[in-house]
Amino acid sequence: MSDHQPPHRELPETSSTTGNKGITRRGFLKGAGITAAGTALLDGVQSLQQEAQAATPKGVMEYGAEAFPVTLNINGKEHALHVETRTMLAEALRIGLGMTGTKISCDRGACSSCTVWLDKLPVNSCMTLAVDAIGHRVTTIEGLSTDSEVHPVQAAFVRHDAMQCGFCTPGMVMSCAALIERNPHPTERDVRVAISGNLCRCGTYPKVFAATLDAAGQHATKA
Amino acid sequence: MATHTPHSTLDALINVAGDTTDASMKTAKMPIGIPGFTLHEEERTVPASEPPVWPINKDLSYVGKPQERWDGRAKATGRARYTADVQLPGMLYARFVNSTVPHARVLSIDTSAAESYPGVKSVHVIEKLLGGAVLRDPTLEQNRYPIVRYVGQPIAAVAATTPQAAEDAAAKIKVKYETLPFVVDMDQAREKDSPQVFPGAADQAGTAGGGGSSASGVPQTGNVHGPAVHKQGDVEQGFKDADVIVDAHYTTQVQTHSALETHGVVADWKPDLLTVYASTQGTASVREELAAYFQLPMSKVRVITEFMGGGFGAKFGAGNPGVVAATLSRKAGAPVRLMLDRQEEHLSVGNRPSSDQRLRIGAKKDGTITAIQLISFGTAGCGTGAGCAGPASNLYKWATLHVEENDVFINAGPAAAFRAPGHPQGAFALEQSIDELAASLNMDLLDLRDRIDENPVRRVQRQIIRESAIWKSRNPRANADVGPIKRGIGLSQSVWYRHLAMDSAAEVRVHKDGSVEVLSAVQDIGSGIKTVLAQILAEQFGVPPAQVEVKIGDTNYPVGPNSGGSVTTASLTPAVRDAAWQAAQKFLASVAPALGVKASDLTLTDGMVRSASGKFQPIAFRSAAARMDTNQVSAQSRRIPDYDPRKYDTYGGVDVAEVAVDTETGRIHVKHVLAVHDCGRPMNPVAVISQINGGVIQGISYTLFEHRLLDPNYGIMVNSNLDKYKIAGSYEVPKIEVQLTESYIGQSSTDASGIGEAAGIISAGAAIANAFYNATGVRIRQMPMTPAVVLAALNQPKPQMEAL
Repeated sequence: MSDHQPPHRELPETSSTTGNKGITRRGFLKGAGITAAGTALLDGVQSLQQEAQAATPKGVMEYGAEAFPVTLNINGKEHALHVETRTMLAEALRIGLGMTGTKISCDRGACSSCTVWLDKLPVNSCMTLAVDAIGHRVTTIEGLSTDSEVHPVQAAFVRHDAMQCGFCTPGMVMSCAALIERNPHPTERDVRVAISGNLCRCGTYPKVFAATLDAAGQHATKA
Repeated sequence: MATHTPHSTLDALINVAGDTTDASMKTAKMPIGIPGFTLHEEERTVPASEPPVWPINKDLSYVGKPQERWDGRAKATGRARYTADVQLPGMLYARFVNSTVPHARVLSIDTSAAESYPGVKSVHVIEKLLGGAVLRDPTLEQNRYPIVRYVGQPIAAVAATTPQAAEDAAAKIKVKYETLPFVVDMDQAREKDSPQVFPGAADQAGTAGGGGSSASGVPQTGNVHGPAVHKQGDVEQGFKDADVIVDAHYTTQVQTHSALETHGVVADWKPDLLTVYASTQGTASVREELAAYFQLPMSKVRVITEFMGGGFGAKFGAGNPGVVAATLSRKAGAPVRLMLDRQEEHLSVGNRPSSDQRLRIGAKKDGTITAIQLISFGTAGCGTGAGCAGPASNLYKWATLHVEENDVFINAGPAAAFRAPGHPQGAFALEQSIDELAASLNMDLLDLRDRIDENPVRRVQRQIIRESAIWKSRNPRANADVGPIKRGIGLSQSVWYRHLAMDSAAEVRVHKDGSVEVLSAVQDIGSGIKTVLAQILAEQFGVPPAQVEVKIGDTNYPVGPNSGGSVTTASLTPAVRDAAWQAAQKFLASVAPALGVKASDLTLTDGMVRSASGKFQPIAFRSAAARMDTNQVSAQSRRIPDYDPRKYDTYGGVDVAEVAVDTETGRIHVKHVLAVHDCGRPMNPVAVISQINGGVIQGISYTLFEHRLLDPNYGIMVNSNLDKYKIAGSYEVPKIEVQLTESYIGQSSTDASGIGEAAGIISAGAAIANAFYNATGVRIRQMPMTPAVVLAALNQPKPQMEAL
């Protein structure tokens, strides 16, 4: 409800050097870093902080509450779009870029329907500020397949009927695909851990386990 | 209330089959029974226009064979477009303003700050609220705005150019309340001096899918709406005739549907057409409600549901989101997307009512039940529909029955149909009491059920259970393990009904290039009806299902069933098969001239056009299609009544659960479930198994974790998200074995049935509770079985039994 704004929706503290007019990039990144630390994106925070330190006074840009232009690297392509400082990556993808494969279900980091990769690390895009994705390679469900070829996990999900309504499926696929990217020979336990944050209300988990293990087999022989 | 008699639910949804008026009938020999157990042939009289009888699944090519989901690739690649993904040019984003108090008269609503907020295009204040019970005498409450009866009740809404602007503007709407006393605890609400949710008697119309209640006019005392009484025979005499009586008290909690896609619509109001993309289980129900609400011709309302992310019973009709989004769109002159957020989803669009049940069962020494008495109370918030007597009334044979169901109003959002309405609650009580009865009679659990349950399918299912490894590994002695972690195995049966939605129609088209398509307004709620329709056409035309074009989820197509109460497959598939058969006959007539034969000489089987007279070698369907004398033939068909509608069937299954109870921490781990289920002819066994897996997991989740918690001091739900409202995740999923009892009843051209309700959700609670008893020797009669509840139960040396 509207009177229950989550803390992460609030703007970061305004830097004292900029007055009320806006936020410096350095000040903003500092604020964004604090927010993002809560989402455990430590590597992202570090790189943003490095970026902040590297910024010379000449290159300082001021961001206010209004939308401003950014460039995000998504699925290997640079995309220019406008975001507000409070815009979440999930919204930027879905509304800003029309990439609606990424789903929003709880909007609170509790269901992982919105899972994307930030440099191959699965993250909840509903809890990741769009600006925190600057300088990272974002991979979404759309980037996992081409028109002619799908990722082995996607193919296995279809073979095993690892979906019902399908609303959790993109997030599930992203979590499972990330698992076999980093661990080509997972056990069922590994799959359970990998999707421990992914909720499926239709209750399709057993087939998700089977599909991912099957895909890993395929993946291993291909590699 | 819910389901004393099998036909009484879903009245709003279903037209009961009438006599067929087709005078030209034929007889047909149909497979009946369960292959491997009871399969035989019976003769049915069927309309002459019906297609030839299908053999059992093993002798078909596509139907009954494991089939990849027709839209599986679209879902796995993120290309599937759900309602929230619909992006129309100039589309606005809407947010509700919801009540922050549980009971109040709204005095004034100031929208001026919102109206002038940058980006805002329209603001709407709700003066007519949908959902929940309504006063029999509406003059008892007179106010410009609907009385607030729960936290989260929608009050107004804003549409703006961005979601952020809508959210900001909604926060600027000022609502002035005169707060009223409230009650959110059911036991408190039953007391005489409790605050009243309604100032007089109130009723709720039944909803599609079995929510609400069609039994209006029952007595109401304070907040207690009821009892709705159902009696057969003299139950007191029944108890006198009994050798043994079991008597117990059970409680279950409120569960929220928590579909991953929230309720929502994209409404596009144009002068000549209202188009609504809706996350719904019934495109037909949404159109009907919008047309009625806005007094539009049905032909001016189009509802589209390409994909929908789960409903479980809560998504019928346009509801408040639908009518409010359409109103905002009309005012703004632009399309409007209104998706609920997760909190709203928990609060305002439905839940499974709680239950408080006193169940008495009397039986003879041989197990014969002489009497069943159930007195239930349950809360459906400010709605009704908490009846739970279905299992007690319909699962077993009894000599006398006495049921009293009561709804208790509290200041909470109205309930909605939820997967097998009333049945998980009812079975939780009934199936534990039946186990208790068996113990009292010193009878085997399966032997007793064999005595009191004549359903031939469940009899076979019990036989399968009896011979299963898991059941054989069960130690019949309770509390046999000596360590702190105790293992136990228990079972429960489930029951559901052969409901049909007769308003189920489809069109099948054959094109000159050999492509075939099926069109119906039906929506795929995740159960996989698209795939099943593709299989039916594949079976008819010999084309692989993936090459069949399936066009559904649009009211521009022939009317489809609302998907509730497990009606979709049973209702729609015969219409599709009939249409496919008729289209095939038209196709043969269309190619006959070019092939130089009469149409009556031609047949289409296994994808080949054959000449009975042997005039030519069989020709592939696609080659033959090229010789059609038109570009397209098509046929439309509607569901005809069951072949033998007097023969009434129930569906169900027997589920076995193995648990490990940690008696030190109070945690119950479900390790293994064997689910033996019946869904008539399984059209796509893969998808049927998926649904049963899901029912089992949802049932475990309900039994062990889920609980809507309302704060008695403020009336708010304290766990209205998915981080605090716990539903089962990957760690809680046991090994699940599903065994289908393929079962033929000779009722339609596909002889298919549904599975959604009977699958697992009904029986999980009792199966786990019975396994818990087997593990510990203690009865647990309360859901959810959280560690605290478990430890409390274990600390009682003997289960508490109330005096009669």
